[in-house]
Amino acid sequence: MSLAIEAAEPATRTREGMLERLSPVLLISPVIVTTLVFVYVFIVLTVLISLSTWSPVNLAGGFASPLMKNYSALFSNGRFQADLRNTVVFTSIFLFGSVGLGLALALLVDRQIRGRGIFRAIFLFPYALSFIVTGVAWRWLFNPESGVNVLFDALGINTLLSHVGVGPLKPAWLTDPTVWPPLNEKLAAIFPSAAALQFDIGVPLALIGVAIAASWQLSGFAMATFLAGLATIPDHIREAAKIDNASGWTYFRKITWPMLAPFTVVNLVILGHVSLKIFDLVFAMSGPGPGFATDVPGIFVFEMTFRALRYGLGAAGSVVMLLMVAIVIIPYLIRNARENH
Amino acid sequence: MTWELNRRSLLKTGAALAGAAAVGAAAGRAAMAAGKLEIFSWWTSGGEAAALKALTDSYAAKFPGTELINAAVAGGGGTNAQSVLQARLAGGNPPDSWQGNSGTAFFDQYVGPGFVDDITSLYKSEGWEDKVPPAVLDLIRKDGKYYAVHVGAHRCNEVWYNKKLLQKHDIDIGETLSWDQFFAAAEKLKNAGVNALSLGDNGIWANARIFENTFTGLLGYEQTQKLWTGELSFDSPELKEAMKLHLKVLEFVNSDHSALSWDQAVGKVIDGSSAFNMHGDWAYGEFRKANAKDGEDFGWVSHPGTDDIFIIVTDCFTSPKGAPNPQEAINWLKTVGSADTQLAFSLNKGSVSPRLDVDKTKLPPYLQWSYDKFAKNKFVGSSVNGEQVPAAFVQAHFDALTTFVVNKNVDRFAAALAEAQQAISNG
Repeated sequence: MSLAIEAAEPATRTREGMLERLSPVLLISPVIVTTLVFVYVFIVLTVLISLSTWSPVNLAGGFASPLMKNYSALFSNGRFQADLRNTVVFTSIFLFGSVGLGLALALLVDRQIRGRGIFRAIFLFPYALSFIVTGVAWRWLFNPESGVNVLFDALGINTLLSHVGVGPLKPAWLTDPTVWPPLNEKLAAIFPSAAALQFDIGVPLALIGVAIAASWQLSGFAMATFLAGLATIPDHIREAAKIDNASGWTYFRKITWPMLAPFTVVNLVILGHVSLKIFDLVFAMSGPGPGFATDVPGIFVFEMTFRALRYGLGAAGSVVMLLMVAIVIIPYLIRNARENH
Repeated sequence: MTWELNRRSLLKTGAALAGAAAVGAAAGRAAMAAGKLEIFSWWTSGGEAAALKALTDSYAAKFPGTELINAAVAGGGGTNAQSVLQARLAGGNPPDSWQGNSGTAFFDQYVGPGFVDDITSLYKSEGWEDKVPPAVLDLIRKDGKYYAVHVGAHRCNEVWYNKKLLQKHDIDIGETLSWDQFFAAAEKLKNAGVNALSLGDNGIWANARIFENTFTGLLGYEQTQKLWTGELSFDSPELKEAMKLHLKVLEFVNSDHSALSWDQAVGKVIDGSSAFNMHGDWAYGEFRKANAKDGEDFGWVSHPGTDDIFIIVTDCFTSPKGAPNPQEAINWLKTVGSADTQLAFSLNKGSVSPRLDVDKTKLPPYLQWSYDKFAKNKFVGSSVNGEQVPAAFVQAHFDALTTFVVNKNVDRFAAALAEAQQAISNG
């Protein structure tokens, strides 16, 4: 494939020449202008609103006093504290699940197996779906009365368990408000100030279902990235390893895994920022959940801004989300920029 | 394969496309002018959609030739729709009329910022002022000016039950229901392996609905009013008692309540998998849709302690400022404010007409009962739907309740609500 762009003519004073010289600017300016307005101007506006008392029901509102009032309200809000906990827990489970599963799938379909093209398409397909669609489908699957739990019964797992004298396997999934393990009291015994925490430290069990759904959907993306990575491993290295009689596990540990490292980083960064700003999947699947077990900052921002009309608080939440994403993305961008020079 | 990318042709194509878009937009504006009416609502569930259709059918009969655009946004209780509406109003793109609940939140969000027109002249010319009880008019009236037209009044404080299921278990419900009776029945059902109370609170407001009914019943009319004037704190022994009672009620709900929506919960009573449901009378629309018979398949009674109180949520329509088709909007309001249209509407919506001159004999048994209550009861605006309180309080109430139903900490719940209550009086 060759790309034949008309060679730039020497600059002339004709109208034609002007157009030729201006056209790159003209062509790119809509993108620059819209990005400036709809991304950067709005970021500035959001920061300003987060420092103000302005809202549709308080149009006269000016800067808050003290200036960081909305931020202190945000961090002392028990719900937002729980959201930060959920973000950490969800991101950990989701990254581990989606990257791990993606790597496993990539290794599977990279082998010379029959119909691997079909498998690739099948594994990548969930990625093409809308989060809302996945969210609704997984909500049904995880309904404790009618979802996968019915399958446990049908497969006879519970009959088996009752013979062994164990209670039936019937997880409450998204409806389970339990936060495990119960750490607060132990922590309060060591640090008395921890008793003031307005949320339970630990893993909200309901969040595991959400992380499973998200991993299912995005493991195809991770797989595609890893497949591209596997294709970059040169044949001579493969052959050398073969000659040295490297077993499958040694080959993976010494060759595949190190050579895939840059692709693992790409996956972690891209999926990591998806995870930090996730909204639609959780919203469709469980909403804030029992006792905010599945609440995330995105839902908090939405409800505070558009339902409670506390625009300042919502904007403060958005700014915190932006900072979290920036911490993940900016080092990656800087590294990329350096590599390109 | 060779790609020939020619800058000049690209520029020309771009210009042609831009031109075409401009022509298209102009054509779109021209079409808008020809008798259209865009009605915004959150009525998408079966009963609600049928009720909306009763309104639009009536309008189409009275004012033929207008194209009706149904701009409904799904989501129970209108939480999603209100967000969309807020954005449209702020962006200067109002629908011709929108449906909303009346009361404090309505004045805060729509009347205060000047999004709705004053329609006092319509009230005078149609003679609506004498037809509707003053306490209900106050929900859309400020300083003698009217800002919306009520189409229906919902009573929020009902307990619905599956009559056949209760008969099977020898439980009889009379004219009223006390807490002792309810808990006795619930225990009996629980021991028989029947789920006593169905709840669908994947939107926490359905849970808040029960809590509000419970504390209103315990406090009574006078004391409940004091909550909203700030004379009675949420952090008081009376309210804490109500909170404990609420926890006791929740012991009898289905385990998957947080995965279900309110209408799925009503469905459990209809299909006999649960005995009771505590909800407002939009639930009645679900019973009707399922062809369940009033008083035969299902029965109803006031939430314990609230038989003389009508916890009210009204549906009303507005005439937005700067709407594209103001004349059509006024015709729409005239239609939905008329007695015959409201009668047709109430049959599907489960609400009663706020007018006191509707022919009661045409109403089905439940609505006759509710219409009688409307005439006799004292009105308490629902705080769950923002009839009494600003949106910020509603959200704070929901958030506190979400935590409360899990950690069951009465003191913290009371403190959180009291703090939100304090924020109302601080403005």
